[in-house]
Amino acid sequence: MSPSERPLTAMIGLPDGPPDCAAYGRAGGWQAVRRALRDMTPEAVIDLVTASKLRGRGGAGFGTGQKWSFVPRDPAATRRKYLIANADEMEPGTFKDRLLLEGNPLQLIEGMIVAGYAIQAGHGVIFLRGEYHLALERLNHAIAEAREVGWLGENILGSGFGFEIHVHASGGRYICGEETALLTALEGRRAQPRSKPPFPQVGGLWGAPSVVNNVETLCNLPHIVTNGAAWFLSLGLGPDSGTKIYGVSGRVRRPGAWELPMGTPLREIIEQHAGGMRDGYRLRAFLPGGASTAFLDAGQIDVTMDYGTVEKAGSRLGTGLAILLDDRTCPVGMLHNLEHFFAQESCGWCTPCRDGLPWVERLLGAIESGTGEPEDLDRLHDHARMLGPMGRTFCAHAPGAMAPLASGLKLFREDFDAHIHQRRCPLRETA
Amino acid sequence: MSTADTPLPAELRARIADLARTEHQPRAASVSALTMVQERFGWVSDAHLLETASLLGMSPADLDGIATYFNLIFRRPVGRHVIMLCDSVSCWIMGRDTVCARLQARLGIRPGETTPDGAVTLLPIVCLGHCDHAPAMLVDRTLHGDLDAETAERLADGLRGAAS
Repeated sequence: MSPSERPLTAMIGLPDGPPDCAAYGRAGGWQAVRRALRDMTPEAVIDLVTASKLRGRGGAGFGTGQKWSFVPRDPAATRRKYLIANADEMEPGTFKDRLLLEGNPLQLIEGMIVAGYAIQAGHGVIFLRGEYHLALERLNHAIAEAREVGWLGENILGSGFGFEIHVHASGGRYICGEETALLTALEGRRAQPRSKPPFPQVGGLWGAPSVVNNVETLCNLPHIVTNGAAWFLSLGLGPDSGTKIYGVSGRVRRPGAWELPMGTPLREIIEQHAGGMRDGYRLRAFLPGGASTAFLDAGQIDVTMDYGTVEKAGSRLGTGLAILLDDRTCPVGMLHNLEHFFAQESCGWCTPCRDGLPWVERLLGAIESGTGEPEDLDRLHDHARMLGPMGRTFCAHAPGAMAPLASGLKLFREDFDAHIHQRRCPLRETA
Repeated sequence: MSTADTPLPAELRARIADLARTEHQPRAASVSALTMVQERFGWVSDAHLLETASLLGMSPADLDGIATYFNLIFRRPVGRHVIMLCDSVSCWIMGRDTVCARLQARLGIRPGETTPDGAVTLLPIVCLGHCDHAPAMLVDRTLHGDLDAETAERLADGLRGAAS
């Protein structure tokens, strides 16, 4: 693919590391800030992004232009507003934002300036995982340089628009990826989600209008503003526009992440880009986009990785980075690992999530270690049924946790029965 | 008197106070302030928590609620080096349990413990975003991937050999 067909990663992986402001400009950067701030009204930027059909790349897939449109525009200039980059990449099996943050931090900064201008926010915050030490170093370096050159600060390009960015390194909790919990964390409180409404666009950080966008989402903006909505729409293979950073982890020959047209079939990603399964392993099932997406069966490998198609197949595109279960890995053990994560990372605010997820973890642990009883399966089904639907718990954490469980109980029924009847994990000795 | 009981250095107090002033409200600096204390002392002692809370105008209980909420703030002493071995799903599939067992045997400790010589603390950590190089672990601030039991063991040996 030519650089224009993989805009997000065109400047990533260069021998000299991430580009500085000048190199970024020589390679086509800063055009979007020039165009937006000099030639476009904020409304025109929102309209352009809406027309591009850019959808959130953090997992939920909400329309970016639509998300911005809820920010009050009046009285635009006088009001404190925030644009927040969600760089709290903690979805197990996901490693795309780290690539963008470490590989080309200026691209994110340019995207944030464009987004900040669109919603007329003067304050930008990057909410970064505390474990991403290299990304922190590179972001702070890039921000300092951009400020020195004049891409950040007061009156950028003489437009009258000013924008500042600072980085918040998180103390580390998965729930901070949920946008209202993220805001609560930024305010220096235990990061528990808030009830909506008010939505962040109206009452977000410190009660001010705030937009929280994922890193990959923001990185698309410079290219949309520079090349136009029609170009962005033409990049996608199916109903969704743009490119996507897809990835594969598990027992494939070449695990990795690749920028490909939105709507690329998973088979192509696994077989061509990841080199297929390692010798001696067969694909059994997969989580298409992170730990909180439902299992799909190996027979569904031809699913095209766009939002609607993955949903029709019974799961979610999520982050777009697939985790593969092979035929020599125990699905019950994998579920136990997943639910351990969700139980640990529950914020503890609402009872079904705080008490339900550890219960699920214990049941799965018992079954995996050979002490499970047949009625344990009923309890697991109860949890999937009661915690699964949105609205039974305070936020989407427990429904996310139930997605792999509910699908796994159906797909791996024989494995569950074998564990219970043989009173051991049938795969443990042979693995 | 251990370093955990010595007052925060004046320069660190000033940095925390400055940070608190630049935030919309001082409490917004709580995670950053705790992180700064930890970077200096390795962990956040009761004495340092009290002092930090007072700099931020918060009650100690309030700040402790935040300190204990987040995975990366330590309220107990840790070794001179901290190994954080990923325990999430991709690393689990790729054999992190084997790596962990070898590290435990080599270091003579379980996850959550520190070697008696005070050199190394072993902790589990959630997905490090290095799944294409699973199993992965952080040693202090450095990310290591494509681990097997031998490479992990060599890294651990290096930490114990080094003076600090």
